[in-house]
Amino acid sequence: MMPGLAVLTDASADGFLLPLAIILPVAGILSAFVLGGRHAERIVLLLLVPGLGVAAAVFVAVWRGGRSLVYLVGGWEPPLGIALRADGISAAMMATVAVVICATALFARGEFAQPHGRPEARAPFVFWTLLLAIWTALNTIVLGDDLFNLYVALELLTFAAVPLVSLKGNAATLKAALRYLLFALFGSVLYLLGTVLIYSAYGTLDIVLLSGRVHPEPVAWIAAALMTMGLLAKTALFPLHLWLPPAHAGAPAPGSAVLSALVVKGSFFLIVRLWFDAMPGLMDLAAAQMLGTLGSGAILFGSILALRQQRLKLLIAYSTIAQIGYLFFIFPLALGAATSNPWSGFAWTGGWLQLFSHAFAKAAMFMAAGLIAETLGHDRIAQFGGIGRVLPITMFTFGLAGLSLMGVPPSGGFVAKVLLLRASIMEGQWWWAAAMLVGGLLAGGYVFMVLGKAFSSASASFKICAPVPRSREVLPLALALCAVLLGFVPLQPSNLLQIGRTAALTVASP
Amino acid sequence: MNAATLFGICGAALAGLGLFGLITNSEPLRKILAFNLLGTGTFLIFGVVARRGAAAGLGGDPVPQALVITGIVVAFSATAMAVVLLLRLFEESGKATLDPNEADGASTAEDDS
Repeated sequence: MMPGLAVLTDASADGFLLPLAIILPVAGILSAFVLGGRHAERIVLLLLVPGLGVAAAVFVAVWRGGRSLVYLVGGWEPPLGIALRADGISAAMMATVAVVICATALFARGEFAQPHGRPEARAPFVFWTLLLAIWTALNTIVLGDDLFNLYVALELLTFAAVPLVSLKGNAATLKAALRYLLFALFGSVLYLLGTVLIYSAYGTLDIVLLSGRVHPEPVAWIAAALMTMGLLAKTALFPLHLWLPPAHAGAPAPGSAVLSALVVKGSFFLIVRLWFDAMPGLMDLAAAQMLGTLGSGAILFGSILALRQQRLKLLIAYSTIAQIGYLFFIFPLALGAATSNPWSGFAWTGGWLQLFSHAFAKAAMFMAAGLIAETLGHDRIAQFGGIGRVLPITMFTFGLAGLSLMGVPPSGGFVAKVLLLRASIMEGQWWWAAAMLVGGLLAGGYVFMVLGKAFSSASASFKICAPVPRSREVLPLALALCAVLLGFVPLQPSNLLQIGRTAALTVASP
Repeated sequence: MNAATLFGICGAALAGLGLFGLITNSEPLRKILAFNLLGTGTFLIFGVVARRGAAAGLGGDPVPQALVITGIVVAFSATAMAVVLLLRLFEESGKATLDPNEADGASTAEDDS
């Protein structure tokens, strides 16, 4: 092993936090099965505080220590054992996941409470256990340091996300869930095929060890292409996005929030891990340009289709497709030749900031859409007239989240898009800037389309189906404010996100 | 040509057939079967990799053998889940197809969302 890698592979004192982040939600799931469905909600609510605490502790430890946390499972070192590693991006991702999951759980209390005095319902139990399963799976994905372990985590995420789509159990949502599952299975088996090729060529699946062993040769290219293709299907990047809108729009509001804000980011995270950590130096600019082109396609296609939707939830789902597109500008811009370290440039920070701010904004938006649908009994945008007076806080939340999606200051989305724009000018790849600007205008179009309808005067057929308590409007607002607050991080490449890059060491100690 | 190469080619052919079937068939049940074919091809390649890594008096490299067991379990549960979804879809709608015309999701929105 190269001496420089020791920094990335030695177990750290705070390492015990990492398995804790994975075990806590699993313990919750198991105890929900033992204690019965009536306690599932209480168990989740009890776990929120320790779960958030562990994520915060990992974040602080990585931030303060300036190096990644490592835990060797069973004390076995890779390649024989499996390591868990939290670097800068995992720590930030874990914190985002914890905040969004907590907000979703608190929001879902009203929707998924067990009925009193009546037989136990199945949907609440399924929802609460799946929420914990998604939390576990995402924590395993961001902490995993072994490609096969990551495969298992990815499958765990799929198996937790698919039933969430079909929670209502009608034919349309079952169809959406089945289509989602088929896309996801296509993705996972391609990923597995890539994994076995990598093992056969390099004899290890540990990401840190692979970073020093992978060479640009046909087997590595084929493996990387297979794995990327599989992960793109799970991330729903255009043109593999067909499953996303019905799936995300068909799930109940808290489910849509988690699916759109977090679940699609899990597989995106792995693409970044693969290209920047496991195989640094393998990706050439042509492959990166292709990913960027697909990203631009997603922005234009998703935004235009969002503008044409009649239903609010479908509009938000198409907007997710568009916003995922921005993430893929990381590849051409961070790999550009102008900067020596891809992860120290504007594009790296901008891309991640886009991911985090979209997570908060989109979760807030789906929750707001849920409240609107609950109040009106439908989500047809054309009949929204008057809702602005009934749910002023929710419409304000929708607008705030929209600011971040459009990239208007002050918001996290604004800083992210400015950083990406600067990177595309600096790298001389102005065409991405054009796609981003058009995407921002289109996003403005669909956000104002909804707001305009909501604040127009009520039509004759306007009636309130079920009033929503003010307390439920607060949680989406808090999430939208998180997205805005991200806009106050300094406009420069963040140090936290650069912690623990494997390529830094392989370049330094060849 | 030794046995490992022969099995490797078989695995690659199975994976290719499965991939072709998964993309070209529109029937969900056929897609599930194609996924299993693709998975079987992949598992066979795992076996070949294990065999090629034989050393220290062992018949094969134990790591891919351990991985393939997990892979089979995951593929099995995925198949079970897909079949259950398909059966429920059949119960609800009387059809077991995914109509490509509804791919834009127009059919999924309903009033109680």
